[in-house]
Amino acid sequence: MHEYFSLFGLAERFTIDPAQLDVAYRQVQAQVHPDRFAHRPEAERRVAMQWATLANEAFRTLKNPLARARYLLGRRGVEIDADRNNGMSHAFLMQQMEWREAVEDSMANPDALQRLERDLARDERVMLDDLKHTLDVEVDLTQASELVRRLMFMEKLRREIDEALAQLET
Amino acid sequence: MALLQLSEPGESPDPHQQRLAVGIDLGTTNSLVATVRNSIAECLPAEDGGVILPSVVRYYKDGHTVVGQAALAAQTIDPRNTIASIKRLMGRGLADTDAGMRSRYDLVDTGDMVRVNTVAGLRTPVEISAEILKVLRERAEATLGDELVGAVITVPAYFDDAQRQATKDAARLAGLNVLRLLNEPTAAAIAYGLDEGAEGIYAVYDLGGGTFDFSILRLSRGVFEVMATSGDSSLGGDDFDEALADWLHKKASGVDLDCSKSRALLVEARRVKEALTENALCVARVPVAADGIKDIPVSVEEFHELTRKLVERSLSPVKKALRDAALKVDDIQAVVMVGGATRMPHVRSAVAALFGREPNIDIDPEKVVAIGAATQANILAGNRRAGEDWLLLDVIPLSLGLEMMGGLTEKIITRNSTIPVSKAQDFTTYKDGQSAMAIHVVQGERELVADCRSLARFELRGIPPMPAGGARIRVTFQVDADGLLAVSAREQTTGVEAHVSVKPSYGLSDEEITGMLKSGFEHAANDMQARSLREQQVEAGRLIDATEQAIKEDADLLSATEQASVLAEIERVRLLLQGLDHLAIKAGIDALSAKTGDFAARRMDKAIRLALTGSRIDKLPL
Repeated sequence: MHEYFSLFGLAERFTIDPAQLDVAYRQVQAQVHPDRFAHRPEAERRVAMQWATLANEAFRTLKNPLARARYLLGRRGVEIDADRNNGMSHAFLMQQMEWREAVEDSMANPDALQRLERDLARDERVMLDDLKHTLDVEVDLTQASELVRRLMFMEKLRREIDEALAQLET
Repeated sequence: MALLQLSEPGESPDPHQQRLAVGIDLGTTNSLVATVRNSIAECLPAEDGGVILPSVVRYYKDGHTVVGQAALAAQTIDPRNTIASIKRLMGRGLADTDAGMRSRYDLVDTGDMVRVNTVAGLRTPVEISAEILKVLRERAEATLGDELVGAVITVPAYFDDAQRQATKDAARLAGLNVLRLLNEPTAAAIAYGLDEGAEGIYAVYDLGGGTFDFSILRLSRGVFEVMATSGDSSLGGDDFDEALADWLHKKASGVDLDCSKSRALLVEARRVKEALTENALCVARVPVAADGIKDIPVSVEEFHELTRKLVERSLSPVKKALRDAALKVDDIQAVVMVGGATRMPHVRSAVAALFGREPNIDIDPEKVVAIGAATQANILAGNRRAGEDWLLLDVIPLSLGLEMMGGLTEKIITRNSTIPVSKAQDFTTYKDGQSAMAIHVVQGERELVADCRSLARFELRGIPPMPAGGARIRVTFQVDADGLLAVSAREQTTGVEAHVSVKPSYGLSDEEITGMLKSGFEHAANDMQARSLREQQVEAGRLIDATEQAIKEDADLLSATEQASVLAEIERVRLLLQGLDHLAIKAGIDALSAKTGDFAARRMDKAIRLALTGSRIDKLPL
């Protein structure tokens, strides 16, 4: 398995330049995409598909800050179990419940949902800043993995809001 | 220089050796074939000079068929055996077909894919579509004067796996080598993007005869990147015809019509619909019982009012795609209209109203898909010229998942993922000593399996006895560049494995295709032999050349033993080439391919590393 950062010629750290990732991704795909090998022998077509699949997965992972953080933590031997809440601070668990209630109360109200979404996005930005600090500056993997778990919750909640908004629109 | 061929594998070695390839728009109502000649993509005309082939097939008792204009004209004479809009049945079981198709044809449920009962016997939608594709292949070969290397066949972006597989099968049955299945709106974007040097975010609104697609693409520096796609694979111009026909029928009499008359009514409704594109009023000549005809005037307002709901139905996928791409209408630079049905003024005005700008119709909406497909086919066939350098990044339209306990769907690959894509997920056994696991693959966005499309079921057997939760079964989904899915399952501790390319539910098995090909060529068995032999000879020659070239360039990537074994394999194929047994040559090709698979991987690895280190310093911003 190829390591994602080096595939795109990036330093293995949380802070990346999205434009640089974009360019590198396109360069890799320009080399390996199956369209380049459509007229070539079967073996090459198969290898091209595998490479292009890898490039897509690597790009998807590194592009999304949360996925990137999880990947980095995995590389450092910290696996995040999505289904478990242990290790989360009491304060955050309480806040989590408040968020949930707020979303449930706003299910029929698009304006309220959008407001909640904006609030969530703001909190996420703050947490991503903290995450950057714990991964790249003063490294604290325990703290980083708690932040990742929180952000995973936030992302899930935001998806639920999106779906509710989509439901309201149709 | 040594790596030139590898780093630019699509570049044609010799400009005079153009490989003939075509793009085919296999439409619900009309089909077209196009190719690139002298650097210009153009639709190829039939003998009568027209480029459009109506997608209508008429069957005769002795099994022969007539396709196109002649079949279109026979619709009211022989309605049951003259099949139009077969695309609506592709990859479908009887239960998924629409009422219109069921009322017009004698559809038969054979357990898997639906079949049409004709005077020539039962025909699958795949076979019927293959008749259309055959005519286009023959047209192209007659015009271009040689056999085709391959074809790009377009499909609605919103086609699911079964519909895509059925389309690919139809092409193979028609004797075409499928270079790629290409999404129709993406094909249109290629035509526009290259023609106008467009940059920015574009939307393609593609309302065809039977399907609706909406795609959002980002065009930048030679990359066509699909950001989101959505649609409705049973919404198209046909539905407008049917709505108008129903309305006319109720106004005229309401009495039941026989097959031939109700088909005549549908044909008339289509004529009126088309007339109302240019005129404010049209008089419909509506067949009534006995031999009567009743004249009913239809105003454009009336027509628009009675089809308003259909237009509105198309706007909800538009909004969904915008949401998926996290974009607002203002972010869209231009909306491109594709498909004959977008000629209707109220469709155009609805799109204009939503986006706050007039849509773009610079390229003939009926030809643009074929033109884009031809352009892509030319590149895929290896006719890429220096500087002609673009990259297409398309997505999968619908999420793929597995059935979990309680009939719930677990999504493995989410919609709008860039293809090719692969995802693996681990599952475990829930009973002590459980020795098998049923795997049910579904496609769709809904939470309940019953609301999704069932693609395939298979079983992983031979799991050794373990307590519940002890086994670790990894299920891997791989979607290739055609958007086609293959699924495999493997018990991690023991290595027990099962693999399925998702076909059996609604597709044809390889054996069935071979069987059909054989029966189709029965009267010309020698032709088929000769054709297969020629194909294998060409393929073998190419593989030998490519392999020898590779060894010359990258001998260091092979150990001495490996190299000797590859060289021995090449000699074996050379020996086979002296004979006339195409199956033996095919086997030789497969063996050589298998031997060189690792080598090819190492070469690509090396090429990519070189390309990355070589370009990073000067090309990256910063």
